[in-house]
Amino acid sequence: MSALHHARPAPVGGSLFNATTLVCGVLMAVAATIIVVRLFFGLSSTTNVNDGYSWGIWVVVDVFIGSALACGGFCMALLVYIFNKGKYHPLVRPALLGSLFGYTLAGAAITFDLGRWWNFWHIFWPGYFNVNSVMFEVAACITLYIIVMWIEFSPVFLEKLGLQDARRKLEKVLFFFIALGVVLPMMHQASLGTMLVVMGGQVHPLWQTPIQPLLYLLSAIMLGYGVILFESCVAASAYRRHIELSLLNPMAKVMLGIIAVFLVVRLADVAVRGALPEAFRANHVALTFWAENACLLATFVLIGTVEARRNPARLFLAGITVMLSGILLRLNGFLIAFDTGPGWSYFPSVPELLVTIGIFAAEVFGYIYITRRFPVLPREETYAQPAHS
Amino acid sequence: MKTPARNGRIVPDGRRRFLKGCLGTAGAAVAATVSSPAAARDTYERPAEALGLLYDATLCIGCKACVAACKQANDNPPEFSTADRLWDTPLDTSGYTFNIIKMYRSGTMATKDDEENGYAFMKTSCMHCADPSCVSACPVTAMTKDATTGIVAYDAEACVGCRYCVVACPFGIPKYQYDSPTGKIGKCELCRHRYKDGHYSACAEVCPTGATLYGRTSDLLAEAKRRLALTPGSVTTYPRGNLSGGPDQSYEGKVAKYKQHVYGETEYGGTQVLKLSAVDFEKVGMPYLSPKSSASTSETIQHTLYGGLLMPFAVLGAMTYVARRNVHHEDDAPPPAQPGKEES
Repeated sequence: MSALHHARPAPVGGSLFNATTLVCGVLMAVAATIIVVRLFFGLSSTTNVNDGYSWGIWVVVDVFIGSALACGGFCMALLVYIFNKGKYHPLVRPALLGSLFGYTLAGAAITFDLGRWWNFWHIFWPGYFNVNSVMFEVAACITLYIIVMWIEFSPVFLEKLGLQDARRKLEKVLFFFIALGVVLPMMHQASLGTMLVVMGGQVHPLWQTPIQPLLYLLSAIMLGYGVILFESCVAASAYRRHIELSLLNPMAKVMLGIIAVFLVVRLADVAVRGALPEAFRANHVALTFWAENACLLATFVLIGTVEARRNPARLFLAGITVMLSGILLRLNGFLIAFDTGPGWSYFPSVPELLVTIGIFAAEVFGYIYITRRFPVLPREETYAQPAHS
Repeated sequence: MKTPARNGRIVPDGRRRFLKGCLGTAGAAVAATVSSPAAARDTYERPAEALGLLYDATLCIGCKACVAACKQANDNPPEFSTADRLWDTPLDTSGYTFNIIKMYRSGTMATKDDEENGYAFMKTSCMHCADPSCVSACPVTAMTKDATTGIVAYDAEACVGCRYCVVACPFGIPKYQYDSPTGKIGKCELCRHRYKDGHYSACAEVCPTGATLYGRTSDLLAEAKRRLALTPGSVTTYPRGNLSGGPDQSYEGKVAKYKQHVYGETEYGGTQVLKLSAVDFEKVGMPYLSPKSSASTSETIQHTLYGGLLMPFAVLGAMTYVARRNVHHEDDAPPPAQPGKEES
């Protein structure tokens, strides 16, 4: 099925200077300043990370959660190009854009969290890299995926620059990059879960399992669809466009299917490993376990029926509950249910939080800039925008 | 529903195409898994000539000569925890402190090595695992395990500072220097840099009671088992310094009421540093670990999924095949509208 029957993407247009971009700009400037301080004075000058919790939110939120929330692009590619559901094509470019920023900034974020960042190239140097390391797989795979995504997205820039020849040549081989763009995130999103395995007993039994890669992969896919629900609703509201309900409704159903599989695998795994009694203890760990899974059950309550999925508010909330669950899954494994021994505690410092906020602000700013200036969102036909370009 | 005929042949519809792709992928994945039974990775054992330490908490008097000697041998700065900042008083190992003696306290602290109303000491430093999590975790081979001595060594020149080793270690040993823009990981390397001068681990060299002994782990394990077999209260000979060579510095002392467990004999496949204690190991901060290392579990998963990159390439092949058929170029001339086409 071809994309030709859909409205071609077009720049939204409009001014880049408004309250949102101004706030984003300020937050980005603050984050950049803090990063400079960190680079000159070490991690303890700006963060609360310590030897008990050496990975703070710059790793767990910016990279692990940030990249998982950036799975929209790969999830749409999976649906459109692998399952051949061409009708979803209008959602591909906006989703890919979100992923592009999510991953590129996750890559940038890990760089200034690295204690010896000038050695980063060792990850790709055969004399140094360690194929047994889960971190090696994740780092190499994410870097490669960021490059692949820029290639996947480059037709948008070529289109804008009027380089039709280059664009046509690129599109002849684009199928290969699309395939790579599906395989690479499947690999490293799964491996992000495997990262917990080597930590052994430090990770609470409810999250310490050898099937971690499967759980994280399923979680990343459902997060991808959840983020698209969220993004589509926000973009429609912010740009005063209509919501693509005819697409979001069936897509949300696909998402529910994956959530169901995830829940079955998750609970079966906990039960088989005999960790279920841990979920019924009166402590914060059991509570956060139930919160994590209650978010997914709430999704069914919100958009379980076709009628409910026609309600944009419900789709929006469902996007949020799915995202919350994915965020909790990762926070729980790496921070909340991670216990390295007595005497250690961690809560992010204000500068640390400001950098993470700045990174998300950069994503929002980038999304606004690209969608207003480049052909990403489908051209609006019924809701005519002011004339431009 | 058929998609348009391309190059004169009928292309099956998307669903069938997808199923074919799935079958191909699954087939290749199964083939990859079955054809590499070596993927399952056992827990490593110590090298035959592995070097290590034996720390006998019942002999330790808490003088902390080993802490000072370690600082000196590794050229580490003092760390302060008191207001006067006169003495090196680290409270835990850190990026600048690789060895420390901690104290267990209970109630009135009347007697040494009593769990109730007593006190005891415990050494905290790298255990030099047979199958170290830090070595498995390190993405750039900055953490290595020597094939002969089994010493787990760190190379700052290779390190990217990701601190996965810090997070992965069950003993909380590798530590990072957070206060420095060029921070390194700090951990005990068994004074391997002092061997060429005829020295051995500084902590064992200076230990006045032989509570910390240096030697081959096989010798240390035999010595530990000898002590556990003795009757509490009886008198025996305790060696000091280097058990596997060097002058005899032994002395006679009373045998304590040991817990019948050599810590490190089997934990995570065994460690090269062994410990004896009269107080329960968990109470003095040594976690009970299964004989199966988590590195072996982690690497089994990695090798099963990515061994020889067979599975990724099989999936990539299937995805490329499917994507090639499903990707349409938006600039191509539009095909005539088809009846019955789903609208969006």
